[in-house]
Amino acid sequence: MSAYWKSNQRRLAPWLFLFPGMVMFAIYVIIPIFQSMWLSFYDWDGLGAKTWIGTANYVELFDDDAFTTSLWNNVIWLVMFLLAVPVGLLMAIFLNQTVRGIRIYKSLFFFPFVISQVVVGLMFAWFYAPNFGLLYQLTEFLSGTGIAVLADETYVNYGIIVAGLWPQIAYVMILYLTGLNNVAPDQIEAARLDGAKGWKMLWYVIIPQLRPATFIAVVVTIIGALRSFDLVSIMTAGGPYGSSRVLSYYMYEQALSEYGYRMGYGAAIAVVLFGIMMIFISGFIWKMWRDETER
Amino acid sequence: MVQYKTGAVALVAALLLSTSAFAQDKRVVRYFGDFDANPLAAMETLIADFEAANPEIDVQFQNFDHEGYKTAIRNFLTTDIPDVANWYAGNRMAPFVSAGQFMDVTDVWEKNGLNDSLASAKASMTIDGKQWGVPYTYYQWGIYFNKDVYKAAGVEVPKNWAEFVSNCEKFSAAGIDCLTTGTSALWPGAGIFDLINMRTNGYEFHMELTAGKVAWTDDRVKATFAELAKIQPYITANHAAIDWQDAAALLVQGKAANYVMGNFAVATFKEGGMTDDNLGFMPFPEITPGVPRAEEAPTDTIHIPAGAANPEDAKTFLAYVASADAQTKLNATLGQLPTNKNSTVGDDPFIKAGFEMLSSAYALAQFFDRDAPAEMAKAGMEGFQEFMVKPERLDAILERLEKVRATAY
Repeated sequence: MSAYWKSNQRRLAPWLFLFPGMVMFAIYVIIPIFQSMWLSFYDWDGLGAKTWIGTANYVELFDDDAFTTSLWNNVIWLVMFLLAVPVGLLMAIFLNQTVRGIRIYKSLFFFPFVISQVVVGLMFAWFYAPNFGLLYQLTEFLSGTGIAVLADETYVNYGIIVAGLWPQIAYVMILYLTGLNNVAPDQIEAARLDGAKGWKMLWYVIIPQLRPATFIAVVVTIIGALRSFDLVSIMTAGGPYGSSRVLSYYMYEQALSEYGYRMGYGAAIAVVLFGIMMIFISGFIWKMWRDETER
Repeated sequence: MVQYKTGAVALVAALLLSTSAFAQDKRVVRYFGDFDANPLAAMETLIADFEAANPEIDVQFQNFDHEGYKTAIRNFLTTDIPDVANWYAGNRMAPFVSAGQFMDVTDVWEKNGLNDSLASAKASMTIDGKQWGVPYTYYQWGIYFNKDVYKAAGVEVPKNWAEFVSNCEKFSAAGIDCLTTGTSALWPGAGIFDLINMRTNGYEFHMELTAGKVAWTDDRVKATFAELAKIQPYITANHAAIDWQDAAALLVQGKAANYVMGNFAVATFKEGGMTDDNLGFMPFPEITPGVPRAEEAPTDTIHIPAGAANPEDAKTFLAYVASADAQTKLNATLGQLPTNKNSTVGDDPFIKAGFEMLSSAYALAQFFDRDAPAEMAKAGMEGFQEFMVKPERLDAILERLEKVRATAY
C-alpha cells in the first residue's frame, strides 16, 4: 500500500485534491442535468406517478405561444444586454484618470453591482409604477399622458433590461478598469510619438490590449442575459399577460410556481435553455483553448 | 425534486421538536397553516380554546408565509407530515385527493352532523362522494364603491347592468375611473370575469366552462366578453402593472368609483381612511334577466394529510373547528363568514351584507383559480388581463385558451 503510494504519489495527489470538488460538482451540476433531460420525457405533477410520454413535451413546446414569446424575449435580452460592454468601456475610460477623490467616484459608479438584484428590481418597479412612479410622473408632465412601462407589452422588456443593465454596466466597468491598469505605457508612448491620438489611439492601441477584459465582459454579459430571472420575477412576474417572460422564468412558472407543477414540461424548457447556453459556452471554451494552444 | 428538500423540512421539524420537549405527556397534533397577522391571532385563540376543552391534546401550530406555503405543502405532505394542514376547497384540493395525500374525513362529517350544519359548503368539499376536509370560513365577492364619489359625480347606485354601464360614462366624463382593479397578480381580473359570466350565462355554464366541458370559442363565452367589453374602456388604465392594494388606494382617494373585490379588501379600505359611512357594497348587478343569481364565495379549509401520525386527535380538532361556536368566534376576528349555518354572523355591515347576499344566492362558485385546474386557471387569468388591455385580440385569446383546454383536462 505505502509502496504503491510512494511510487505514485505525484500522479495521485492532484486527483485526491480534486476529488471533493468533483463529487460536489457531479452531485449538484452534472447529475441534475441528466435528471432534467430524463424528466423532460415524462408527464409528472410532482406528487403522483410519472407517465412516460416520449417527446410529447417537446412537441407541445413548438406549438406553445408562451414558449415562442419567451424565446424571442431571450433574444432581445441577449442583444440589448450586450450594450453593457461598450457603455462599461466608455465609463471605465472616463474614470481612468488621476484626479483628487477618483477612488470615491469609482466606488460610487461600482455601487449598483453591490446591490442585490431584488432591490434593483424593486427600485425600478417603483420608478416605473403607474400613478406614483417618478418616470410615469415625468412623462405625464412632459406629454400629458404617463407611460406605465411595466403595463405595456411594447416597453416592458426594455424596461426590465434597463434595470438589469444598471448593475451589469458597473460590473463591466470594473473589468475594464483593471484591464486599463495593465495597458503597457511604453506602447502608448510609442503610438503618441507616431502621431496617434483620440479614436485611433483607442481603436488601434488601447482596445487590442484590452482583449482579455473584453472577452470576460462578453462572457459574463451573455450568461447574465440568458439566466435573467430575478428581475423578471420581481418586476412583472412575466406580465402583462406573459409578454415579459423569458425561458428561465417560464421554466420556473411551469415547474414550480403556484399554477405550475408540470415538472416534465418545465424540464423540457430547461433542456432547451441548457442547449442554448451550451452553444455559447462551448464557443467560449473553444476560443480559450485555441488562444492557449497558440501561445 | 421532492426528496431533495428534505433537509430544509428536517430543519423545520427540528425546530418544532425543540418547542415540544416540555409537552411530552400530552398527545400532539401538529398543524401547518399560512395565516397573515390578524387571522393568525384568530386561529391561535381557537387553538387555545380547543386545548382548554381537550386538555390531553396539545396542538402545535407552525405558520408559513402565505405564498411560500403553496410550494411547501407539496414537500411536507410527503416528507414531514403534519396532522392538520390548511388548504382550499374545490378543484384546488383535487391534486392532493387524487394523489392520495388527503385523508377521507367523511366520518367526521357524519358523526358531527356536518352534512346538515355545513350543507352549503358540502359540494365544494366533496370529491368521489367523500368529504376530504372541513371548511372554517368563506367570504363574498362583490362591488365595493366610494359613496362620496357617487355623490360628487351625481350618480345613483345602479340597479342593473345597463345602469352600471351608463354610470361609467358619467364617471368617465367627470375624470373618474368607473371600475378600478390591479391585475399585476392576475387574480383580481378573474373575479370580474367570473361574476360577469355567471350573470350572463348562469352558474351551470360557468361550472361547465371551468370544468373544461365547454369550448372557449363558444358563443356564450363571447357573449360574456362582449359584456366585459362594455366596461373595458372605463377600467383603470395600466391595471396590468398595479397591485390590488394600490388600486384600493385609488378607490380610497376618490379617483375610482367601483372595485370588484373580495371582502378581505374592506380592511385595506378602512386602513386607507374609509368608514362604514362612505364605503358601500353591492352585489354584482344583473345582466341577463332571469338568470338565477350565483355568487363567488371562496372557502378556506383544513385537511388531514393521509400520512398523519395522530389522525384520531386531528379529527377531534376538525370537528371542533367545524362547530358553530368555534366558527362564530373565529370569524368575528377574521371579519369573514362562518360556514356553519348555526353560527352567528359578526356585527360588521359588510359581513352582514355578504351573509344576506350569499344565503339568498342560487349557488356559490369558489373562484376561477379554484374551480378550474391550475394550468387552465393561469392561462385563463392571463387571457382576461390581456382582453382588458387589448379587447381587439379576443379571437386570438380564445383560441389560445381553447388550446390550453385541450391539454389541461
